[in-house]
Amino acid sequence: MNNLIKGEKHDWEMVIGLEIHAQVKSNSKLFSSSSTKFGSSPNSQVSLVDAAMPGMLPVINKYCVEQAVKTGVGLNAKINNYSVFDRKNYFYADLPQGYQISQYKYPIVGEGKVTIDFKDGTSKDIRIVRLHLEQDAGKSLHDQNPSKTYVDLNRSGVALMEIVSEPDIRTPDEAGMYISKIRSILMYLDTCDGNMQEGSLRADVNISVRKPGDEYGTRCEIKNLNSIKFIKQAINYEAKRQIEILESGGFIEQNTMLFNTSTGKTRPMRNKEEAHDYRYFPDPDLLPLEISKEEIGKIKSSIPELPDELKNKFIETFKLSNYDASVLTAEKQTSDYFNETINSDPELKNHAKIVVNWITSELFSLLNKNNQDLNNSPVSPENLGQLIKLISTNEISGKIAKDVLEDMFSSGKTPRQIVDEKGLQQVTDQDEIAKVIDEVIAENPKMVEQYLAGKDKLLGFFVGQAMKFTKGKANPKMLNDILKQKLNKKN
Amino acid sequence: MKIDKNTINKIARLSRIKLDDKESEDYINDLNSILDWVEQLNEVNTENVEPLSNISSSILPKREDVSNDSNSSEEILENAPDKLEGFFAVPKVVE
Repeated sequence: MNNLIKGEKHDWEMVIGLEIHAQVKSNSKLFSSSSTKFGSSPNSQVSLVDAAMPGMLPVINKYCVEQAVKTGVGLNAKINNYSVFDRKNYFYADLPQGYQISQYKYPIVGEGKVTIDFKDGTSKDIRIVRLHLEQDAGKSLHDQNPSKTYVDLNRSGVALMEIVSEPDIRTPDEAGMYISKIRSILMYLDTCDGNMQEGSLRADVNISVRKPGDEYGTRCEIKNLNSIKFIKQAINYEAKRQIEILESGGFIEQNTMLFNTSTGKTRPMRNKEEAHDYRYFPDPDLLPLEISKEEIGKIKSSIPELPDELKNKFIETFKLSNYDASVLTAEKQTSDYFNETINSDPELKNHAKIVVNWITSELFSLLNKNNQDLNNSPVSPENLGQLIKLISTNEISGKIAKDVLEDMFSSGKTPRQIVDEKGLQQVTDQDEIAKVIDEVIAENPKMVEQYLAGKDKLLGFFVGQAMKFTKGKANPKMLNDILKQKLNKKN
Repeated sequence: MKIDKNTINKIARLSRIKLDDKESEDYINDLNSILDWVEQLNEVNTENVEPLSNISSSILPKREDVSNDSNSSEEILENAPDKLEGFFAVPKVVE
């Protein structure tokens, strides 16, 4: 794969690292008992702690700590027995405390890695630097009034996991695959709902460019991107911007950028003189967080099968390709659906590849077309399994099966019902097929002549005619064989 | 370490505190004498001593993940100088 961008004098390589903010799935906030529910009326879920009333003290949510540890295990990372909460100081209207409680020097989770899989069968590891727990800020609405900003503190104090990667990413696509993979792991673990529209998962992107082999260039950080599409767009735009500056003899200023989703452009968020100075220091309201080996062991043993394990299991058990298995395991609902389908009939285990294809191409495209989700698919795994069995036992052809699937999708009927009602059983009777072919040959003497004179392409014509006679129900392989036999006999 | 005019201005700006010249001068003197006093600690050899993060030896208390569903908006907005439809209203801040 070529990861380079063509430049005037030499090619350029992108160097990308991501900071992902994932909202912890929990009932209450990190340091208060307010609800974390999304979409409630403004300021209805704000305790005195979240509003930073004087004298209020934070008390940590045990479950949020467990969720962070669980996620660390899912990222193949080191869990730290000892971590510390620090104050990150800055003034902003949606941060009532004047500081965010975060973890700086001693995060709860250390180095880890995740693997991304490419279409060509290769894969790549992206290293994780750390994961730490911190508070989310409130939400500001800037565009409602020309002179006012409106503030809703419902999100203030919700637990976030910040997952920081090494700058191991080299293309916008890799960045997209990396965040998809993280999202998938979080959703299998049930530690984050992964909802990017609602902001449960968002990312800051660090990007620089360099001549391949050179040292890292100066980087810029693009803040707060909440869709994979925007992440890719922002990276492409920012890389182009940096290359243009460098090629015209300029240099890159380290800066924090905002991405405008309607123009597709990045712009600096603040200038250098205003650069933040966060003055981190340990929060005197909170003791260090200590987790025993036993607690970590207990959490580890509660972890469900993760996408990579499941992927390897699928490859081994069903002899699937690495890519097929990774597509199948990217989302939990897909691997669940596959499992249910293939386990609905013992015969299907021998046709795993066909099952994958019917789920990931035929069923997915129908779901897409109808704007539906696999979770509420009108076609049940059992019924899809039955359809595939009809194909594998030669009762219907693959082509007819596509029509049957569409019918199943809209009517909710079983494939057996549809095949019986419409009389779609494949014709596998030698004599019957031979009879049809005889007719076709008799009706098209000129074509037969041309075919025998060497116009091989005409074979398709005869197949088409014979299929038409049988309304597409003739077994294609038998039809082909008998047709060739009969035509060649004429010679 | 010495506190000078630049440092005091930076600290004041980070703290959103406005200082006149007289006040800056006073703070420079105060902070410097505090730092001088604290610097006496440098006389102690602290090699191989872990920094103390807390003087209490107790363990961080933890809560169960239970949310209370009381609607807070009226109480929370009670002291707000300006509000609209459940939101705090503040002078426009756009980055």
